[in-house]
Amino acid sequence: MSDFYLIYKNMTRKPLRLFLTCFAIFIAFLIFGAVTSLKSALNSSVELSADNRLVVFNRINFTQTLPIAYVQKVAAVDGVKNVTHLNWFGGYYQEPSRQVVSMAVDPESYLKVYEEIVVPEDQKQAWFNNRQGALVGEKLAEIYAWKIGDRIPLSSNIFTHNDGGYTWELVVSGIFKGDTEQYDTRQLLLHYKYFMETQTFGNDWIGWMALTTDDPAINETVAKTIDDNFANSQSETDTSTEKAFNKAFIEQIGNIGLIIFSVVFTAFFTILVVVGNTMALTIRERTGEIAVLKTLGFSSTRIFRMVLSESLLIAFVGGLSGLAAAWLLVEGVKTFLARFLPNLILGGDIALQAILFMLLLGLITGLMPAFQALRLNIVTAFNRQQ
Amino acid sequence: MSEEVLFQLKGVSKNFVKGKETISIFESLNMEIDCGDFVAIMGPSGSGKTTLLNMLGGVDQPSGGEVWFDSERIDSLSEGALTQWRARNIGFIFQFYNLMPMLNAQRNVELPLLLTNLSKSQRRHNVETALALVGLSDRAKHMPSEMSGGQQQRVAIARAIVSDPKLILCDEPTGDLDRATADEILEMLQLLNRDHGKTIVMVTHDPAAAKYANRTLHLDKGQFVQREIVA
Ligand SMILES: Nc1ncnc2c1ncn2[C@@H]1O[C@H](COP(=O)(O)OP(=O)(O)OP(=O)(O)O)[C@@H](O)[C@H]1O
Ligand SMILES: [Mg+2]
Repeated sequence: MSDFYLIYKNMTRKPLRLFLTCFAIFIAFLIFGAVTSLKSALNSSVELSADNRLVVFNRINFTQTLPIAYVQKVAAVDGVKNVTHLNWFGGYYQEPSRQVVSMAVDPESYLKVYEEIVVPEDQKQAWFNNRQGALVGEKLAEIYAWKIGDRIPLSSNIFTHNDGGYTWELVVSGIFKGDTEQYDTRQLLLHYKYFMETQTFGNDWIGWMALTTDDPAINETVAKTIDDNFANSQSETDTSTEKAFNKAFIEQIGNIGLIIFSVVFTAFFTILVVVGNTMALTIRERTGEIAVLKTLGFSSTRIFRMVLSESLLIAFVGGLSGLAAAWLLVEGVKTFLARFLPNLILGGDIALQAILFMLLLGLITGLMPAFQALRLNIVTAFNRQQ
Repeated sequence: MSEEVLFQLKGVSKNFVKGKETISIFESLNMEIDCGDFVAIMGPSGSGKTTLLNMLGGVDQPSGGEVWFDSERIDSLSEGALTQWRARNIGFIFQFYNLMPMLNAQRNVELPLLLTNLSKSQRRHNVETALALVGLSDRAKHMPSEMSGGQQQRVAIARAIVSDPKLILCDEPTGDLDRATADEILEMLQLLNRDHGKTIVMVTHDPAAAKYANRTLHLDKGQFVQREIVA
């Protein structure tokens, strides 16, 4: 028998109470982990967008299409360095739950606009030259263990193949990395032409355009010129910097985020009070036993440590399982949200922050009862008991 | 039986301060307990029996005077030193057994051994010996809630002797038990005193219980009244 055994026995003597307390902490850290990951993903997608990159969407909203002819017109605008176009493919691999962030693009211009993408020259050429070729991000390739030369069936949850099915046969031509660690490589790029010829939803349309300007300083002017060009046409455009687009998108979520945040922290605080109260109650119930331990010769500091360890243990059991659940949740939804939040991840910094909070929770809820136990006078404790 | 003095109180006083009032329990108490003695302390309720026992056990400290144990003065020890001293020298037996409800008999008995640096096997051996001595070897795995009052008190006795202390202090150890069970417990204490050389100080209300002791001290109004009866 050790002190730990005593702590464990004390902790588990009222299983229902222990369960409820741990569950409350579990919920608090589940919400904390999920919401903090969301918030950091929102922030980082703004930070990671290039300064001189603009995106051109249909004015109605970003799910509406644009005619491909627009690409040439945009390329002719003063100050536009490179322009490319993208179609959201809505891909999944084998099962709808295995989402793959995939876009049909024009390979050569795409790589000019998205300079963050790093791919060996021979693989790049192989991709350019193979109509059915796909350029796959490193992390995505890792997830499904895809290698160069692999034939992969990629299904779409939006489009129908002209053979009547939903699945496109692709070949992995190359595997790309990002120029920074943060760049999200869980994506797949396929040929626009191959996609256009094999899908059944009309011809010569694109999802949106992305372009780079000669200088971030002229972003505003370029954006205005483009939108003016297409004013009063059948498809009006809305051009903004990638940063601003991401930010606007985020602000919509951000307002919800703020509400969630206040709810979370109210809940967090409430849980802290409830857990603290439970701990204090638990120790008060054990006044007699603590007096006995002291009488037997257990030092005050040893009892102090045992009480504090108990509350820390409860905080960590509940907290770590909550954090683990948050991680599973984030891992589960990240592919669905990858189009908007490529960096949704419960990273080490968030985990560390959560662990600090657990420590704090354990200390705050444990310190008061531990001090009570430390200062407990044997004589008065026994008087009270009888 | 050794005639060596184990405990000595010299001019001990004890006051409790309650608000502005100071209640004096003892004025100037003198007392000697020999090694191997079995002393019963009797007296009316509120006469200070528990208070005296607390001072002997180093749980409470006197307001004045000196307490000597085995040629060591303990009334001036710090709280921490006193705690260690208790763990080494004193076994406690309470009226309401005071076992840990979440530990089985064996673990309850093992509790004081956490304060020693005995090896695991030595501990196990001591626990088994102590439980055998109180006749509860077959109840080692039982929880306190599964045992009768008398059995719980026997576990408490095993706990009090497991680390082999010189002195055992009991505050009304049979106060909560019926006659037959009380006699069993008292016989056990007598055995510990006679065959194992334990010095025992026992507070009791029950004259029949006091008969098991070698001598009885009567406490009244903060003084021992001279009614010593040698058993
Ligand atoms: N912590 C304390 N604060 C104030 N007064 C106390 C305290 N402990 C004991 N007393 C008082 O000291 C006196 C003696 O108490 P003690 O508990 O020693 O009596 P006792 O002889 O053990 O009585 P009983 O037979 O009822 O157990 C009582 O008047 C009690 O009210
Ligand atoms: Mg008493």
